[in-house]
Amino acid sequence: MKHRFEVLISLRPGLLDPQGKAVEGSLPAMGWTNVSAVRVGKHVELTVDADSEQEARAQVEEMARRLLSNPVIEDFRILTAEEVEE
Amino acid sequence: MSRRPRVGVITFPGSLDDVDALRAVRFMGGEAVPLWHAEPDLHGVDAVILPGGFSYGDYLRCGALARFAAVMEEVIRFADEGGPVVGICNGLQILCEAGLLPGALIRNRSLRFVCRVVDIRVETSLSPLTESLVVGEVLPIPVKHGEGQFVADERDLDRIEGDGLVVFRYCGRDGSLDDQHNVNGSANAIAGVRNAAGNVVGLMPHPEHAIDPDVGPTGGQPLLASLLSRALARV
Repeated sequence: MKHRFEVLISLRPGLLDPQGKAVEGSLPAMGWTNVSAVRVGKHVELTVDADSEQEARAQVEEMARRLLSNPVIEDFRILTAEEVEE
Repeated sequence: MSRRPRVGVITFPGSLDDVDALRAVRFMGGEAVPLWHAEPDLHGVDAVILPGGFSYGDYLRCGALARFAAVMEEVIRFADEGGPVVGICNGLQILCEAGLLPGALIRNRSLRFVCRVVDIRVETSLSPLTESLVVGEVLPIPVKHGEGQFVADERDLDRIEGDGLVVFRYCGRDGSLDDQHNVNGSANAIAGVRNAAGNVVGLMPHPEHAIDPDVGPTGGQPLLASLLSRALARV
């Protein structure tokens, strides 16, 4: 059974996000002067073949913890296909 | 007595400074041993260098994919046994990703790639690179990186400082610490760190590019000399 997930990875709060700062710095030039707190993260889509969604999710959690994110600087959140569509 | 220390330099896909590191080892009198990322064998070397570059294209995060290369299991085993391991630039990023060194490296505060000679101050002699140096010594060494800002959360940073794990800081020519010398915005101007056991060390600046007086500063010489003498002690 194939299960589709999306993993959202974000820089931990409190850590300076130079990419977010660069984007934030560019928006006023386009007319948006009302934007603040821009943070840039990562988005990983993956399909896992497993007997149950629960088992697949447990595997994705381990992947996210060990490779997709670096716990020193990043947090992650796992969404199922249904959650993504909502 | 005549045996020269054998220093291995790992080439990952995307490594750039492996050839310079091999040459630096030879220049300083060691035997340079090329090692290959896909081969889980350190060929009995006395020390290992993870060189700079852009392993695996810096995909996902700098060093994140190299950390799972076949050779890394052997590097981790070698480090656990007390073998001297040095990470330079991308090599530092790989060692942080592998959990052999604390902290992580993110995009430079300036958002710019920096490529110039900086001064770094030795903070401890308890590392394979600084054993023969005096604390407070200042060395001119080039940096060239876009993601060299050292970060750690507050608790980790307290531990890194408290346990004396900082090996180098960016500083002025006279050794003074000032934000203007902090080339990438690193926490506490940290340019290099070691592990608690004192056998694994990593730094963003490039000692292997600061060896030959014909082509620039020679701040890397005493660091490589320290590494060779540490490696020799294992022979």
